[in-house]
Amino acid sequence: MILMKNRFYSPDNAGGSKIAGREKAAAGAGGLVPGSSGHAYQKKADPNKKRNTILTIIAVVAVICLMAFYQKNSSDHSYAISIIERSAVYVVAATAMNLVTGFTGLFSLGAAGFMAIGAYTTAVLTIPVATRPSVYYMNGIAPWLENLSLPMPVAMILGGLIAAGFAALIGIPVLRLKSDYLAIATLGFSEIIRTILAAPMMDRITNGSYGLNNIPGFSNLFSPLIIAAICVAVIMLLLHSSYGRAFKAVRDDEVAAEAMGINLFRTKELSFVISSFFMGISGGMLALFMRSIDTKTFQITMTYNILLIVVLGGIGSITGSIIGAFLINGGQEWLRFLDEPLTVGGVTIPLFRPGFRMVIYSILLMVVVLFWRRGIMGDKEFSWSRLLGLFHRKPAKGGDQ
Amino acid sequence: MAASENVLHVEHVTMQFGGVVAVNDLTLDVNKGEIVALIGPNGAGKTTAFNVITGVYQPTNGRVQFAGKTIIENHPKGKVKKNYMGDPALIYPGSIVKTPDKITQLGIARTFQNIRLFKAMTVFENVLIATHMRSKADVFSATFGVNHKEEMANRELAMELIDMVGLGDAADAMATSLPYGKQRRLEIARALATKPQLLLLDEPAAGMNPQETDELGEFIIKIKNDFDLTVFIIEHHMDLVMSISDRIYVLNFGKLIAQGSPAEIQKNQMVIDAYLGAGDTN
Repeated sequence: MILMKNRFYSPDNAGGSKIAGREKAAAGAGGLVPGSSGHAYQKKADPNKKRNTILTIIAVVAVICLMAFYQKNSSDHSYAISIIERSAVYVVAATAMNLVTGFTGLFSLGAAGFMAIGAYTTAVLTIPVATRPSVYYMNGIAPWLENLSLPMPVAMILGGLIAAGFAALIGIPVLRLKSDYLAIATLGFSEIIRTILAAPMMDRITNGSYGLNNIPGFSNLFSPLIIAAICVAVIMLLLHSSYGRAFKAVRDDEVAAEAMGINLFRTKELSFVISSFFMGISGGMLALFMRSIDTKTFQITMTYNILLIVVLGGIGSITGSIIGAFLINGGQEWLRFLDEPLTVGGVTIPLFRPGFRMVIYSILLMVVVLFWRRGIMGDKEFSWSRLLGLFHRKPAKGGDQ
Repeated sequence: MAASENVLHVEHVTMQFGGVVAVNDLTLDVNKGEIVALIGPNGAGKTTAFNVITGVYQPTNGRVQFAGKTIIENHPKGKVKKNYMGDPALIYPGSIVKTPDKITQLGIARTFQNIRLFKAMTVFENVLIATHMRSKADVFSATFGVNHKEEMANRELAMELIDMVGLGDAADAMATSLPYGKQRRLEIARALATKPQLLLLDEPAAGMNPQETDELGEFIIKIKNDFDLTVFIIEHHMDLVMSISDRIYVLNFGKLIAQGSPAEIQKNQMVIDAYLGAGDTN
């Protein structure tokens, strides 16, 4: 327990410096006039609010324009588009995992299982009825399923709900465990789900080891991005509500949270179920992105990939998870040149061969983790002030104020 | 305070950990509007008694009543049954177990001996947390801001409490950045935000200097009157205990050795022996 607490959430060590910084910033803003109490419960206005809003609008417009450009020239940029779509899938998965791991302090490794439920539900319900006989040519299709088809969003939400239902059941025994034990138990359940999906008894629904294909893909680049944006927005709203605060309270100190009248089990279960709902959604997105799935897609490595994104981005930071998802998915692809043979001045450098990419990739990950122990964002969220602060740090040291 | 309504009634509570009896047949009463102190040398079982009352531990035997209703009752079970060291004539029939969150919801709030604030949260958020349990909004309306009115009321209450304990200027600071004394005040503000009838304070003056301790004493009396509270306090600072308490219970080795008014306790030979014998007067 202590080990996990430190590795996955250590509010104590970095606390000192961060707090001092915050206080100074608040004092500098002139908001803390002694004796000016009263309606202080409204957060003090940020003097740079206007600038930040403008920057945000510019950034959003720029991203939309870039995406529109890719979408318009989709044939030339299919590679970039596939990276962005994959990243969008992982944004949802990583944010959902962060909700449980980073904000509620539950180290759950069940991601792949819940994603599998979402993916299979979406796939089974959206494969065009006309092509189903060819998909299920080996085992045949269950009669009730033959003509059962749902629109994509409905199928995805249903996938999320089924994943959430499973999570609710699994949560009852499992959430009584702590840290490492919880991780092992959820990992086990994730494998059980995967095995059930591959079981011969399920052949006429999941097509067993043959997997499912002919899944309709996303019609354009915007749909996965919009779905991801909605999911992230809902999770952020949840975290800012009183339930979100209860999650953080349970994470920070279970004994104190209970003394505040917060029911531990119910709070953990709620977080776990909501997280699994979004895992299910992201599984559905993955099915639509990959267009063909089988149970091998959802092995433990998938959970580890998501965990990697969460840790790299910063445990307890939603924007960290978003940045992490794009970095990990992009990084794996950008380094692809390392796998091709490289010839410099007539000499073929022996290192550049298939597989070298993953070596460099792993080294880069280690470097990042060494230099940013708490992930890229720590437990903070992105803010323009902090980003611009990175560029202004040196002159500020010189001596303004 | 004349004899009035009983708020907390602890009856023959025994808490046994293996062969160690941490609390032995403890019976005490706290009446409405009183400040009652529980004192004793280190390791006497004071905090264990608090933990039993707040549901952290399930007592081996005994009964706890709050405002006339039995909230906790237990009798020796399982392994402990064989080597139960208490009086077999006093075994209770029932078994009522309540988790700490239920007990807080009933109206008993507490602070902790070794401050337990939510470290990654601001002062304001720490107090705001305590309003969650009385919020009526479900998770959907809370997420999508349908409960705006309630949320605003909760925020206002939290801010009022923070102002009252004198932390208004530090509301947005991280809880752990506060000096020790202020952290203790914050814990009290947080406990008050649960709107309790009975407030249990576990060594609120620990680590405070004499001036801070004096202020704390006045502060406890003030909140008792302002919030119509009953206060049950564990404390080592004898000056504080003697100046604010209506009645005092003294524990030693888990057993109640004396009870009475501050003046009576000061003269009690057994109490003097317990403190001098243990060599721990603080």
